[in-house]
Amino acid sequence: MKFAKVVGTVVSTQKDENAEGWKMMIVQPLGLDFKPRGDSMVATDAVGAGEGELVLLTSGSSARQTKVTKNRPCDLVIVAIVDIVEKEGEVIFKKFETKGFD
Amino acid sequence: MHPAKILGRVVATHKEDSLTGVKLIILQPTDWEGNPIDDYLVAADAVSAGYDEFVFFVESMEAAVAFSNVPPIDASIVGIIDGVQLDDEYYTRSVK
Amino acid sequence: MKLARVVGNIWATRKATVLKNKRMLLVQPMDPISGKTHGKVMMALCDKIDAGIGDVVLVMDEGSSAGQVLGINSRPVRTFIFGIVDELEKDGNIVKYT
Repeated sequence: MKFAKVVGTVVSTQKDENAEGWKMMIVQPLGLDFKPRGDSMVATDAVGAGEGELVLLTSGSSARQTKVTKNRPCDLVIVAIVDIVEKEGEVIFKKFETKGFD
Repeated sequence: MHPAKILGRVVATHKEDSLTGVKLIILQPTDWEGNPIDDYLVAADAVSAGYDEFVFFVESMEAAVAFSNVPPIDASIVGIIDGVQLDDEYYTRSVK
Repeated sequence: MKLARVVGNIWATRKATVLKNKRMLLVQPMDPISGKTHGKVMMALCDKIDAGIGDVVLVMDEGSSAGQVLGINSRPVRTFIFGIVDELEKDGNIVKYT
C-alpha cells in the first residue's frame, strides 16, 4: 500500500454497469515526507474518505478484494483513512494536527 | 519474496472491514545485505514483526492470500529473517 | 521460467504458517550459454526439490503457478524452484551441470 492525499472527487453519469454506485476520488500519491510523488490518479473509495485526508491505496488485483469492488473491474482502491504514522519511533503524522491535511 | 527493514507503523481506525485487526507496517525495501533500495511501502503484517527488524514480504495478490479472509492488501510481511548466506558471506538479523 | 543459479540461503524461524518446513534459497538468473549470473538476486521457495548452493535450477516466477505446484491454491508465494538442471544443449554443444 502507498500513502496518498485525497484531492478531489470524480463525477461520472455514464459509466460501465460494473462501476455503478462507486464513489471515485482523485488521489495524489505521497512519499514518506508527505510530498507529492508522481501523477495523481483516480481511486475507488471503499471507506468514505473525504477531501484533504491521508489515505492508504491498494493497487493491482488486490484492489478487487473490498466489499464495493468485489468481482468488479478495479485497479486502485482507498482501503483506510490514516490516523497516525510513526517512523523510527517518532510520530510524523497525526490526523487533525498535521498541517496540509484538512 | 523481497527483503526489507521495518521503518515504522500506521494507525488507521477507519478502514475496510476485512482489514480489522491487521497491523500496518511501513517498510523500506533493501537488498540481501540490508542496504536500502527503492521507495517505501506500507504492508500488512502476518507474523508480528517489530521495529528495525529484517523481514521478507510478498507483493500483489500473493500478499492478500497470506490472510485467510483475503483482504484488499498489495504487500504483506510473511517472515522475519534470522540470517542470510550469500556468496560465502553471512548476514544476520542485526544488519544495520 | 528462468534458468538460475543458487547463490545463497535464508533462514527464518518466524514466518507465515504455510511456509513452515519449506526451504528458502537465493537464486540469481543465469545466462544459459555463458553460464554467467546477472541481475537481481531473488528469493525462491524450494519444497520437494533438493537443491543447494551452486546448483543450476529452473525457477518459476508467477503466483498462480506457484499455488498449483505447491499444493494449496492460496500460498503467499510467487517465486519457486521446480527443477534442477542436469545439462543443456545448444548448437550441438552439451554443458553438464551435475
